[in-house]
Amino acid sequence: MIEITNLEKSFDGQKVLDGVNLSITEKEVVAIMGKSGGGKSVLLKHIIGILKPDKGSVLIDGTDITTLRGRELDKIREKFGVLFQGGALFDSLSVYQNIAFPLKERTKLSKNEIREKVIRALEDVGLKGAGKKYPAEISGGMRKRAALARALITGPKIVFFDEPTTGLDPVIVGSIHRLILDAHKQYGFTGLIISHEIPGIFEVADRIALLHNGVIVEIGTPKEIQNSTNPVVKQFITGGHEGPIEH
Amino acid sequence: MGRLLAALGAWTIAKLRMLGHMFVFLFNSFYFIFIPPFKFRILLRQIRFFGNKSLVVILLTGAFAGMVLSLQVFYTLRKFGSEALLGPAVALSLIRELGPVLSALMVTGRAGSALTAEIGVMRISEQIDALATIALNPMRYIIVPNIVAAIFVFPLLTAIFDLIGIYGGYVVAVKLLGLSSGTYFSQMENFVALEDIRIGLYKSLSFGVIVAWVCCYKGYFTGFGRGFGATAVSKATTEAVVMSSILILIWDYFLGSVLL
Repeated sequence: MIEITNLEKSFDGQKVLDGVNLSITEKEVVAIMGKSGGGKSVLLKHIIGILKPDKGSVLIDGTDITTLRGRELDKIREKFGVLFQGGALFDSLSVYQNIAFPLKERTKLSKNEIREKVIRALEDVGLKGAGKKYPAEISGGMRKRAALARALITGPKIVFFDEPTTGLDPVIVGSIHRLILDAHKQYGFTGLIISHEIPGIFEVADRIALLHNGVIVEIGTPKEIQNSTNPVVKQFITGGHEGPIEH
Repeated sequence: MGRLLAALGAWTIAKLRMLGHMFVFLFNSFYFIFIPPFKFRILLRQIRFFGNKSLVVILLTGAFAGMVLSLQVFYTLRKFGSEALLGPAVALSLIRELGPVLSALMVTGRAGSALTAEIGVMRISEQIDALATIALNPMRYIIVPNIVAAIFVFPLLTAIFDLIGIYGGYVVAVKLLGLSSGTYFSQMENFVALEDIRIGLYKSLSFGVIVAWVCCYKGYFTGFGRGFGATAVSKATTEAVVMSSILILIWDYFLGSVLL
């Protein structure tokens, strides 16, 4: 489904991705962990075609997204749902209008059909009654949930979550993780989550990859990652002071 | 010396590259103007945005520009005993030159800066990326409506500026300086030709494109150079206003030379 091969990217001479290789199969949920500023979001932006790599390829269902432009790129992106780090809700639209936006612009559904879908999505993410509010009037957790509803509203085949729980309290973190699990059960999408949420992410992801110094240093099931002897993985999971990860 | 030349060369290449990038951006914007689906609702909202933000400033600056012009020109004309030509002098100065230029500068400061800041915030908060990943072209949704709105709004605001300016000049000439109302307007009718109005219209149209182009470009690529977050937005806004203002004056000279 997603095949990343030897992906390299530098900014101003500084190598951020140094040959990333990663393969994600259909309906699998993979989490990518790594220290802040380590290139996780940059990797995500390559997979969704916002950034172009210096080298390497990203195959989505066999098509290299790094070489596509215009309508061809849009066609691949129709398979995507993306939850951005800050939510990226449109400021000028209400929560309801934000969630309805992809349906209104990309499908031929009637106004009533869109309303039904949006109201159901609002209920699913626990935002019943908040549809009329604007992004500036709601809390960070509500914004993330609204953004999650927008990402899932078109029933995408692949969903990307860029730090869906960063900056939220533990109760909301738990509820967002539950929402992702429920949505995955309901829609059966392939998921890629960028997160540092330990141990919560172990409950959500099928496999976990650790990005360090621009490469994936370890990938495995949550159990394998927890039992890993790799010093980078051990330090990252325990949050230890001593180890190969500089801080 | 060698290092200085190398730095100058690098600066020139960077500026030329940016200019090329800006022209590709403008070309893309015009391309999408003619490709459906058209976003009429967003276009109407942006027409309102430009008009609503700038109307009061245009009324105020237009009135005072006409008044001061009338006052200054009156004393100059009196030296030659030609006070009767005050009306045409005020009208021609406003219609051909001051109206388009001053109103474009005012709209740049008022609506252009707000436009860059708004698009810049959309960029740094990933709203533009969100549009792209919903498989919707951000150029069509954000840039094209602003360029088309500016093409409609700038000539209208300039016309309002000219009208208010001429009446501002009338108040000073007739009520303060004692010129007869008939002289002020009748001479104007004799001297102002349709060609003068057409020149003013061409100027305001092209200024509209320049302002929307520069302000949208700077907002759209906020944070791509140096700067981050709020700093990047403030830097983009300042650059947009300065660059638009300089380009308006340079283009005014070139257009004036060609159209005269």
